Amino acid sequence: MNVKLVIPLLLALASPAAPQGFAGLGTSAEGFAIPERGRALSFPEDHGPHPEYRIEWWYLTAVLTGEDGQEYGVQWTLFRSALAPEEAEGWDSPQVWMGHAGLTTREAHFSAERFGRGGIGQAGVETAPFSAWIDDWHMTSRAGDGQDAFDHLEVVARGAEFGFALDFIAEGPLVLQGDQGYSVKSPAGQASYYYSQPFFRVSGTLDLPDGPVTVSGQGWLDREWSSQPLAEDQAGWDWVSLIFEDGHRMMGFQLRGAQTFTAGTWITPEGGATPLPDGAVQFTPLQHTRINGREVPTHWRIDWEDGGLSITTEPLNPHSWMDLSVSYWEGPLRFSGTHSGRGYLEMTGY
Amino acid sequence: MIRTALTALLSHWLRNPVQLAMLLAGLALATALWSGVQALNAEARAAYATAEGLLSDGGTAQIEHPSGQIDLAQFVALRRAGWQVSPVLEGRAEIGATRVTVLGIEPLTAPAGTGPTLAEPDLEGFFEGLGYAHPQTLREIGPTEMPLAPAEAVPVGTVLVDIRRAQRLLDAGLYITRMTLAQEQPQGLAPLESLAPDLRLVPPGDGAELGGLTASFHLNLTAFGLLAFAVGLFIVHSAVGLAFEQRRAMFRTLRALGLPLRHLTACLATEMVVFALIAGSAGLVLGYALAAALLPDVALTLRGLYGAPVPGALQFNPLWALAGLGMTLAGTGLAGAQALWRLWHMPPLAPARPRAWAMASRRAMRRQGLAALALAAMALGLALWGSGLLAGFALLAAVLLAAALAVPLLLALILRMAERRATTPVAEWFWADSRQNLPRLSLALMALMLALAANIGVGTMVASFRATFIDWLDLRLVAEVNVMPRNSAEAAELQAFLAPRTDAILPMQRIDATLAGQPGQVYAMKDHATFRDNWPLFAPVPDVWDRLAAGEGVLVNEQLYRRAGLRAGSDTLDLPGIGAMPVLGAYPDYGNPLAQAVLALERFNAAYPDTPIRQFAIRTSDAPALIAALQDDFGLPQGQITDQAQAKELSMAIFERTFLITRALNVLTLAVAAVALFAALVTLSGMRLAQLAPLWALGLTARELAALELGRALVLGALTLLLALPVGLALAQVLLAIINVQAFGWRLPLQLFPGDWARLGLWAMLAVLAAAALPAWRLWRRGPSQLLRVFAHER
Repeated sequence: MNVKLVIPLLLALASPAAPQGFAGLGTSAEGFAIPERGRALSFPEDHGPHPEYRIEWWYLTAVLTGEDGQEYGVQWTLFRSALAPEEAEGWDSPQVWMGHAGLTTREAHFSAERFGRGGIGQAGVETAPFSAWIDDWHMTSRAGDGQDAFDHLEVVARGAEFGFALDFIAEGPLVLQGDQGYSVKSPAGQASYYYSQPFFRVSGTLDLPDGPVTVSGQGWLDREWSSQPLAEDQAGWDWVSLIFEDGHRMMGFQLRGAQTFTAGTWITPEGGATPLPDGAVQFTPLQHTRINGREVPTHWRIDWEDGGLSITTEPLNPHSWMDLSVSYWEGPLRFSGTHSGRGYLEMTGY
Repeated sequence: MIRTALTALLSHWLRNPVQLAMLLAGLALATALWSGVQALNAEARAAYATAEGLLSDGGTAQIEHPSGQIDLAQFVALRRAGWQVSPVLEGRAEIGATRVTVLGIEPLTAPAGTGPTLAEPDLEGFFEGLGYAHPQTLREIGPTEMPLAPAEAVPVGTVLVDIRRAQRLLDAGLYITRMTLAQEQPQGLAPLESLAPDLRLVPPGDGAELGGLTASFHLNLTAFGLLAFAVGLFIVHSAVGLAFEQRRAMFRTLRALGLPLRHLTACLATEMVVFALIAGSAGLVLGYALAAALLPDVALTLRGLYGAPVPGALQFNPLWALAGLGMTLAGTGLAGAQALWRLWHMPPLAPARPRAWAMASRRAMRRQGLAALALAAMALGLALWGSGLLAGFALLAAVLLAAALAVPLLLALILRMAERRATTPVAEWFWADSRQNLPRLSLALMALMLALAANIGVGTMVASFRATFIDWLDLRLVAEVNVMPRNSAEAAELQAFLAPRTDAILPMQRIDATLAGQPGQVYAMKDHATFRDNWPLFAPVPDVWDRLAAGEGVLVNEQLYRRAGLRAGSDTLDLPGIGAMPVLGAYPDYGNPLAQAVLALERFNAAYPDTPIRQFAIRTSDAPALIAALQDDFGLPQGQITDQAQAKELSMAIFERTFLITRALNVLTLAVAAVALFAALVTLSGMRLAQLAPLWALGLTARELAALELGRALVLGALTLLLALPVGLALAQVLLAIINVQAFGWRLPLQLFPGDWARLGLWAMLAVLAAAALPAWRLWRRGPSQLLRVFAHER
C-alpha cells in the first residue's frame, strides 16, 4: 500500500473525525479506559501492556560518550495504539505497534521506524520474562531473580545505516511521576499513567556508517499509557529529561495549547520525587532552527524559580529531526546556568 | 491564383459528392479499424501494468514458496530476523454475485510506493474490513453485505482488502500466499537461505508476465487492424486515382493559365491532408466507438485465456488519437503518392482525354504477375525456413499479397476463356467488356479477395480449433464433480467424507516452477483409469502410464513440448528439487499459456511435501446425490463445488469469447471490402455511359443493361470468391500450423467446413449485390435523353 496511507495511520486510527493534536492524541476516548487518580501502580504487571487503554509507550533515551571522546544520543521507543480496547489472537488483534529508533551524533542524526500488527507475534510486550519487541528490535529484561524487570535491560535496534546494542543497568528505584503515577496533562484534567526509571548506567556499542563505537553513559526510561493524554486544543509538547552532575534528575514538560500547561518532577539521587505543579517550570525558547521548512525551537531557557534553577540548553545536534511517518524533534542536549549536566529533549507538533 | 486553383479543384468534389463520400468513408473506415484495434491493445496493456503493479508489486521483490503457501510463523520469523517483508494473502472467493480475486494486504508493513494509489483511502474502514474494487467489479458483485468502495486503481476482478478480512473471506488458516520485500532493508541481515531455506526470493519484474503471455494475442489484433487498414486504403486509392483522372482537363487548364506545377501539386497535397484530417477525426470517433463496443469481449477473452484483468470500460488516450491521425495521414500519402507523382511528371499540355487510370497494359500486367510470383516465392521460403511469430505473420502477409496481386491476372484469364466460348453477340460483348473494365475494378476485387480469404482462413482456423477443443474437453473433463477445499484441514475432512461415497478421488496438487526456462507448473497425477483411458498423448514411450506411475519420468504439455523442442524417450526435463526426469510423452493442453509437467502423485509428494490440495476431481455414478451430500451433510458452500456440465460450460464460454473479437473484425473487414467494391462500381458507372450508350442504341433496353451490369458484378464477385477459397485454406493452414504453434504452443489439425463457405459465399454475393445495386439502378433510371446526350457530346 502507498506510504501516503501509512502516514496518516496513527492519526486515522483513533477516530474518523479530523485529526487533531499530535498523532491523534487529542481525540476522544470512547470505549477505552480512562486513568483514575489514586489507582496504585503495581509491578511487574504495569511494565506490561494495557490494551484497554488507547495508547502506550516504552521509551528509552541515553546520553552517551564514546571511547573516541565524541558525544552521542540514542532513543528507542515502542508505541502501542489500539483500534479497540481489547486484545485478540491473529489478525483479529486491534493492537497496532510502532517502533522508533534514533541515533544522534554531532554531525548526523539517524532515525528508523517499524510497524506491526498485534496478535501474530511480530510485535508486542510480554511481562514475564519482560520483553518488548517489534521485528528484530527489542528491549529485553536481563534482570536476575528478585530484581525488578527494568533493573537490567538489553536494548537493540538497527536501521539501514545505523544500529545499536546497549545494556541498561538501573542504579536507583523506579520513580512515579505526577500524583503517584497519575500525571495530569491539561487544566481540564486529561491525564495519563506515567512512571520512569531515570537512573540507568548504559554501556554498549553503536554501529555507525564509519564503523562500530563503544560507548557508555546514562539512560532514562519512561512508561506512559492513557486513552487521551492531551486536550483537544493542545497541538504538541516540549519535554526534557535532565541528569544533573550532582546526581539529581528532573523531568519537565509544557503542553502548548490555548493555555500552556506545564508539569515536572524533581528527583533526588535516592529517587525521592517532588511533583512540580502547573506554572512552576517556565520554558522560554531562545533560538530556532529551520528544519524541513519548520521553525523548531532547539535552544531553551528553563526556569524553576522555587528551586533556584535557571538553565539554558544546547542540543548536541540541532537537526535531530525524526523524519518518520510521525515526525518530531528528539535529541540529546547539554545544559548550563545555575546547574549543569546532560539530558534529552523531545518536541512534537512543530 | 492559388485560391482560384483551390476553388476549381474543390469544385470537382461538389459535382461528385458520391466520390467525395467514398474517399472520406474509406479514410474514416481505415482509421476507425486501425485505431480501434490500437485502442484495444493500449487499454489491455495499461491494465496489465496496473495488475502487475498490484499483483506482483511492480518493482518489488517477493518471497515465495513453490506451493504458493507460507506459514504465517515464517513471516513473523523473517520479521524478527530484521527482514522488512510484508504479507500478502490472495485467493478466489465468492462475493455477491461473482467470484473475485481477494487480495489481502497488511497496510502497515506494505512497502512504500507499491500497490494502488487510492484517491481517498479510508484507512480505519480498511482495517475494519472495507474492500476496494474497480467500479466494474462492484457492478459484477452487485448487492452484498460486505462494505466496498470504488477504486479505479484496483485491477478488474480483484477486491483489495486488509489481510484480516482476506483471511475471513478465504477461510484461510494461519498462512499467507507470499511476501513483498521493502526496498530499504536494515544492515547486516542474515541470508534467506539460513532463515528459511524453503522460501525463494523472486527479483522484481519476474512475477506475472502478462505482457509476454498476451503478446501474441495483441499481435493478432494488430495484424487484423493492419489488414483492415490496408483494405480501407484500397478505397482511398481508387477514389484519389479517379479524381485525378477526371480532373486531368482541369489540371491542363490551370497549368495553361500559368499556375506553377509546384503550386498545383501543393494544392492537391493540401486537399489530401485536409481530407485526411477530416476523415481521420471521424475515423477516430468511429474507432473509439468500435473499441468501446469490442472491449468487453476482449476483456473477457484476456481474463479467460490468460487471467489478465482488463476492465471493460475504455479510457480516452490523446496519444492514441494522435497516433491514429498520423497513421491516416501516412496512409493517405501512400494512397495518393501515385497520383501526385504522375501529376509531377505530366507534360503541361498533355492530352486531357481520360485514360484508364490503372493501366491494363501488358507490361503492367506482367509486372504485377512477377511481383505476385516473387511474393509467392518469399512465402514459400518463409514457410520452409522462417521461425518465430513475426516470420509467421510475414508469411501470412506474403501469401495474401501474392494472391491479391494474382487476382486480376487470373480473372482476366478466366474471362478470356469465357469469351471464347460465348455464342451470342451480347454474351461475347459481356465477357469482353468485363475484361476491359477489369483493371478499373481490380483494386476493389483484390480488397474483396483479401477480405474473403481472411474470412475463410480465420473461420476455418476457429472452427477447426473448436471441433478439436470440444473433443478434447470431453476427454479432459471426465470427472463428474470437482470440489475445491479452502484449506488443508478441510481437504483432509473432505477426503475422509468422500472416500466411502465415491468411485475415485483424484487430488489436484501443483507447485509453481520454471520449466526449461519458462514459467510453468508441476502437477501431481494419481494413477487412475480416468487418465489412462482418456488422455490423448502424442509420441508416448511404450508403457507410458506404468512408467509415469512408477515415477520414472514426466508428461509435458504440448506448449512446453513444442517450445522447448522436447522429444519423448530421449530428452529430459529439469524439475526443481528433483533434477532431470525423462520426458515420457506430451498431452494437448489448450487454453493454458503456461508450461506444464505432470508427475506421479507419490513422486510429487515425496519431492514437494505439504503442498496444499487445491481441488478434488471426483468420479461418481450419482453426481447429484454427491453434490447434495456435500452441501447438506458436509456443509460445503455451493461456490466450492463444480459439476461436469458447469466446467464444460465455463470452458466453452471462454473459448467462444476468445474468437469473438476475431469474428467481429472479420465481418468488419468484409464490410470494408464491400464498400471498396461499391466505390469502384459507382465511380466506374459514371465513366461507362459512353460505352453503354451504343448498346442501348443497338436495341438493348436500359433495364437489360442494368441487369447485365449487376450480373457482371456477381460473376466477378463469384470468381473472386472461388479464388479466395484456396487462399483462405492456405491461410488457415498457416494459422493452425505456424501462428498458433508460435503464439499459443499447440498445433491443430485442419478440418474443412464447406457449410461455412457456402454461408460466406452467400454473404459475399449479397455484399457484391448491394455494392452493384446503386450503379445498376441509376443506369436503369437514366432516361433516354441522358443516353442520347452521349452521342451529342461525342468526344
